[in-house]
Amino acid sequence: MSRRRALHLTAGLALVVIVAGGVLLSYAWLPFAPDDTSGGRLAPPGGDHLLGTDKLGRDLFTQLLIGGRIAIGTALGAVAVGGVVGVTAGLLAGFATRWLDDAAAVMLDILIAFPTLLLAMLIVAGTGASLGTAVVAIGLAMAAVVARLTRVLVKQVLARDYITAARVAGISWPRIVLDHVLPNIAPTVLVNLALQAGLAVLAEASLSYLGLGTPPPNASWGRMLYEAQATVLTAPAGALAPGIALVALVVGVNLTADGLRSEKGSR
Amino acid sequence: MSLLDVAGLRVTDRAGNVIVDDVSFDLSPGDRVGLIGESGSGKSLTALAVLGLLPPGLTATGSVRLDGHDMIRSPRGHGTAATVVFQEPLTALDPLMTAGRQIAGPLRRLRGLRGAALRAAVHEALAEVRLTDTDRIARSYPHQLSGGQRQRVAIAMAVACRPKLLIADEPTTALDVTVQAEILDLLDRIVTTNGTALLFITHDLPVAARVVRDTHVLRQGRVVESGPITSLIAAPRHPYTRTLVDSARRFDAALQEERS
Amino acid sequence: MTDPIIEASHVGFAYRGGAAALTDVSLAVHPGRNVALVGESGAGKTTLLRILLGLARPSTGVLRFDGAPLTRRGLRPYRRAAQAVFQDPYSSLDPRQRIGRIVAEPLRGLGLPNDPARVAAALDAVGLPADTATRYPHEFSGGQRQRIAIARAIVGNPRLLLADEPVSALDLTTRVRIVDLLATLRAERNLTILLVSHDLGVVAELCDETAVLEKGRLVEQGRTADVLGRPSHPYTQRLLSSVPRLPAAT
Repeated sequence: MSRRRALHLTAGLALVVIVAGGVLLSYAWLPFAPDDTSGGRLAPPGGDHLLGTDKLGRDLFTQLLIGGRIAIGTALGAVAVGGVVGVTAGLLAGFATRWLDDAAAVMLDILIAFPTLLLAMLIVAGTGASLGTAVVAIGLAMAAVVARLTRVLVKQVLARDYITAARVAGISWPRIVLDHVLPNIAPTVLVNLALQAGLAVLAEASLSYLGLGTPPPNASWGRMLYEAQATVLTAPAGALAPGIALVALVVGVNLTADGLRSEKGSR
Repeated sequence: MSLLDVAGLRVTDRAGNVIVDDVSFDLSPGDRVGLIGESGSGKSLTALAVLGLLPPGLTATGSVRLDGHDMIRSPRGHGTAATVVFQEPLTALDPLMTAGRQIAGPLRRLRGLRGAALRAAVHEALAEVRLTDTDRIARSYPHQLSGGQRQRVAIAMAVACRPKLLIADEPTTALDVTVQAEILDLLDRIVTTNGTALLFITHDLPVAARVVRDTHVLRQGRVVESGPITSLIAAPRHPYTRTLVDSARRFDAALQEERS
Repeated sequence: MTDPIIEASHVGFAYRGGAAALTDVSLAVHPGRNVALVGESGAGKTTLLRILLGLARPSTGVLRFDGAPLTRRGLRPYRRAAQAVFQDPYSSLDPRQRIGRIVAEPLRGLGLPNDPARVAAALDAVGLPADTATRYPHEFSGGQRQRIAIARAIVGNPRLLLADEPVSALDLTTRVRIVDLLATLRAERNLTILLVSHDLGVVAELCDETAVLEKGRLVEQGRTADVLGRPSHPYTQRLLSSVPRLPAAT
């Protein structure tokens, strides 16, 4: 692996580990209870409160950690939904021939033309804002991109002689998918999913910022940003904390994906 | 003065592996020279070094002078001295441009032709490679043409600006046997008519015998034997050359047996 | 005389809504008599091969295995008897599997005992060392990959090997080695070969019978000595005169 890629991978993993580590730790210990409003409104960082308090008197650091749970949880959930739905749809499209294939390609292209966020918003608006719907909505929007990539990869693999050889060797189609198709498309699809994870974090934050994601009083970095807007000049910590955390996680995920891509794409 | 003078060419990769090892040969205007070798012999990289087209990561040392120009130190700007035809016409041609536009490219750039004169030159180029229905071919995209037609278009592009040297790297390997025979005839005729020098690279001895005279046999980056191809085939000196000739004779003799 | 192993009887094939790729093709492969199928691109070789491999059903005509028409239920016994080797050594091995697993695939797929000893024996028969089984395809050259593909084809001890341009993508000296290997396997394992090739020299070496395919029809067919020695059809004559020949030995 080249030095630059190794650097990306290391830096990316470091960022992700720091954020994820903090979030995991939060399940074992939180500085304050999430709804503890004893800290005094908008207190600056220092003393008991590492990052200060928000406008309701809750400890910012605690809110940040809880928001981190939601960010990572959403990313994992959305990637799971997007991955499963997207790969399945892509597999079916990859095997389709002639008019069915053309129809699938067109449908996917139409879905992809919708901005992920808009699509997610439409789904959430239709079903009511909650963490669950946000996760599913983002996941479905992601699925279209994953499906299109999977379809192309599946077609490439199916054109290889080792698939014909497997047929001649008496292997059934389901086994061919498990033994040959999935392992060969996996490296590229997994890297793509890693990149999508970063987008999912941003999407969840955007939805929450707009009030369409996790409803209050649950903390979410997006909502924290929204609430900190009014006091950003007098109490900047309230905006800086979730902002920096968001950047750190997304950049970390992207760098990790980049480092992995070069590694696996080199065969 | 020789048109192409390669002296002590050595090509190494980043890890220090020597892929072309002390290769020397020269070529005068109108010569037809063959580079015979199998995979790993370094023959294609030698051709790329002559064209100044070595991929990044490979370093060339020694001397390569094409038409007086030092191709190692300043790989760009050899103008119309040398052009190349590769093995796989599907990748040599731009899939998004019609054949006519692709041939027009070098004609416009290097001969400064425009408008009606350019169109006429394109049709002339297509006719020169014995393509009939030049109108339809000029308007076709590469995937609409057969392998043989694509290779003819690639040859037309390569000779349109009358280069002094035409390099052909396995130009017929991917083609059917009847098409191969036609393309070899075509190359033979074109280089004779235009007085172009030819550097023909292949692993197929009988194919080379059809078009070249002086030949250099490459093995693992080194020249192991040189000489007129008829002598190499009739009386090979180096063991590797002997193996190549014996292999070719095997199949040739088998065919001969059936015919007698 | 025994039944041919595989026989195509007046086989025709057309893609839906398309022109006929094959018309009235009748071809038989008898045990012990290697057959060559000669033709250029567009002749229908690939289509015919797919039909002979049981991967496509002919639009007209019948495909017979050991004398009886080939049915879906008969596919497994047919596959145990007939395996294939393909042209491109860089496309015929799954890059993510170890060689041992690749070579054992027909054993898994055809209900044969999945015995590592069989894999080792197959690799040995093609001249590759036993430790080949633990390595990956990218560690091998084109010629070695073709050997691995041949090992996979013979691991289940088939009677018939359908080889689609097995040496066209290989260098001259490697070509000789693989042709020698095929000749040896034929002798040692009672293996009959159906060779699809445009290389008439290789055909002359390996095959007793030759069939010439042009634009979906068999234009000439018979003993190789007759077809290549005294060709009657103009297309066969053109093929022969196109083959680059070595200057005569002095």
